[in-house]
Amino acid sequence: MASVEAQTQSRFGTLTVAKRRKISGRTREAIECYIFMLPVIIGLLLFYLGPMVASLYFSFTDYDMLSAAEWVGFQNYQDLVDDDIFWKSLRITAMYSVVSVPLGLLLALGLALLLNQKFAGVTFFRTMYYLPTVMSGVAVATLWKWIFNTDYGILNLLLDKIGIRGPAWLVDESWAIWALILTSLWTVGGSMLIFLAGLQSIPADLYEAAEIDGAGSWNRFRNITVPLISHVTFFNLILGIIGALQVFTEAFVLTEGGPNNSTLLLSVHLYRNAFEFLKMGYASAIAWVMFLIVLALTLIVFKSAPMWVHYQETQGEKT
Amino acid sequence: MSELTVPTVSRAALPATSRRISSKTRAKWTTIAILTIGAVVIMVPFYWMIATALKSQGNLYLYPPQWIPNPLQWSNFQEVLDTVPFLTFARNTAVIVSLVMIGTLLSCSFSAYGFARLRAPGRDVIFLIVLATMMLPSAVTLVPTYIAFNRLGWINSILPLVVPAFFGAPFFIFLLRQFYLSIPKEIEESGRIDGASSFRIWWDLMLPLTKPALATVAVFTFFATYNDFFGPLIYLNSESKQTIAVGLSYFTGSRNVGPQMHLLMAMTLMATIPSLIVFILAQRFFVQSIVTTGLKG
Repeated sequence: MASVEAQTQSRFGTLTVAKRRKISGRTREAIECYIFMLPVIIGLLLFYLGPMVASLYFSFTDYDMLSAAEWVGFQNYQDLVDDDIFWKSLRITAMYSVVSVPLGLLLALGLALLLNQKFAGVTFFRTMYYLPTVMSGVAVATLWKWIFNTDYGILNLLLDKIGIRGPAWLVDESWAIWALILTSLWTVGGSMLIFLAGLQSIPADLYEAAEIDGAGSWNRFRNITVPLISHVTFFNLILGIIGALQVFTEAFVLTEGGPNNSTLLLSVHLYRNAFEFLKMGYASAIAWVMFLIVLALTLIVFKSAPMWVHYQETQGEKT
Repeated sequence: MSELTVPTVSRAALPATSRRISSKTRAKWTTIAILTIGAVVIMVPFYWMIATALKSQGNLYLYPPQWIPNPLQWSNFQEVLDTVPFLTFARNTAVIVSLVMIGTLLSCSFSAYGFARLRAPGRDVIFLIVLATMMLPSAVTLVPTYIAFNRLGWINSILPLVVPAFFGAPFFIFLLRQFYLSIPKEIEESGRIDGASSFRIWWDLMLPLTKPALATVAVFTFFATYNDFFGPLIYLNSESKQTIAVGLSYFTGSRNVGPQMHLLMAMTLMATIPSLIVFILAQRFFVQSIVTTGLKG
């Protein structure tokens, strides 16, 4: 009996020793982990969290970078409410997003479906459709500015060929925003590729089984493809919304927000106030309104997700 | 239908099979036809850029338009170099892009290793914050960041564009962390038994193993930095320090180049060539890696 007791005791003894060594190993690991995370922690504080708090503060001040910031309470937000140009800018941004995001998603999905088939040359087509997205925003905008030229632009010359008199795209107030939307559709290659990745992860036997059961191609699309890529659609939708609300370069280079502020997207309005009028406080208020809109829309999409996003059961870690 | 797989196929089933094949062939050719039309539509703007870049000024505004430039005026490119400090822009861009690439690769792979392999209290919370910042509109941090760089006297230098890269980029940290997680732990165990520190293991073992992922990050960083317009626009003031992206925009509206569309398009083409070269070099692995690992990553 005694020997058994001694045995268990010694076993406990070795256990504690092992545990103690493990704990010190853990502390060492934790310290190393913090060192590895250090650049990011500093980055988060200096370039994300710090500026976020500061920008909230500035949105309650009057600050032109020359004299000290002056606390004005909700004045900037009050000014926003009274600012007709801000409301116009909001309307234009909403209109741009509501049209360009769904159109872009549909086009990207359609192309991805076509490019998901097996035939010689499919890689060539994938490359072609992706190509415009590697061009810089300025190059895209500069090129399209020439294409949209009322009298000599290739677009109106081609429209003329089929008997349509093209509008003065960039000069006509009611058409300029459509020119921006058209330009954005030229670069759907990015989300197309992400859709393609989603389509390729669908097991082929699902389609074969459905075909054997006599499901037509529409039914297969509706009941297999749509649910099984819904997480990709979700991802593209979130990225699309965030991206559309922040479009700057195209609007800035193509039209500079004009004519008559008809393409004054929120980010262009913000740029003008911050860097042309040096109204840093007012610009911060615009930024926060923009942030709250992005946040609200993202939350709505996230909340709606359980109704239409289906996650495939996969092994391994989910993030 | 399942009888089809049984060796004794009834003769009646055969025509059905061949009919199915022919309808599949038709679908395939329809697909190719649609894709070809689409590709032409996508390529017309590209072609128009190249055609305009090679025209003489007199042939710009012809009606009907001249589809194939005649004469081919190659000297347009030289004229751009004579009118615009394009080579200076290119040099500035090269410096910024390489520094940002070095900073991003080092900081992101370093941090990602900590997130993937080492445990510490609060690690996952920090990682969640990193993920959340991906959704933060850059406008929110813009004004204070600009003011801070201004106080530091960094405006009109490359520092505001380069220094942040050394403190990690959320998306790439995420990407590399996922990649580290997919590497079997046993590979590190041997190093740990030999008493190597985590830093050695990261530098000697993990970096070589993650080359494909690092290449992806490098390519993405190249495009993001090379194409960045807003950063150089607000942080660089003098023309001699400007990058290609903003330099191009100077001349979109400027009087000496603006109306001369052939020069502007020649410059746009020149600005696009580095992207095209990187795209072509990385294309196979770039398009393929997004397609095959894009979201699983």
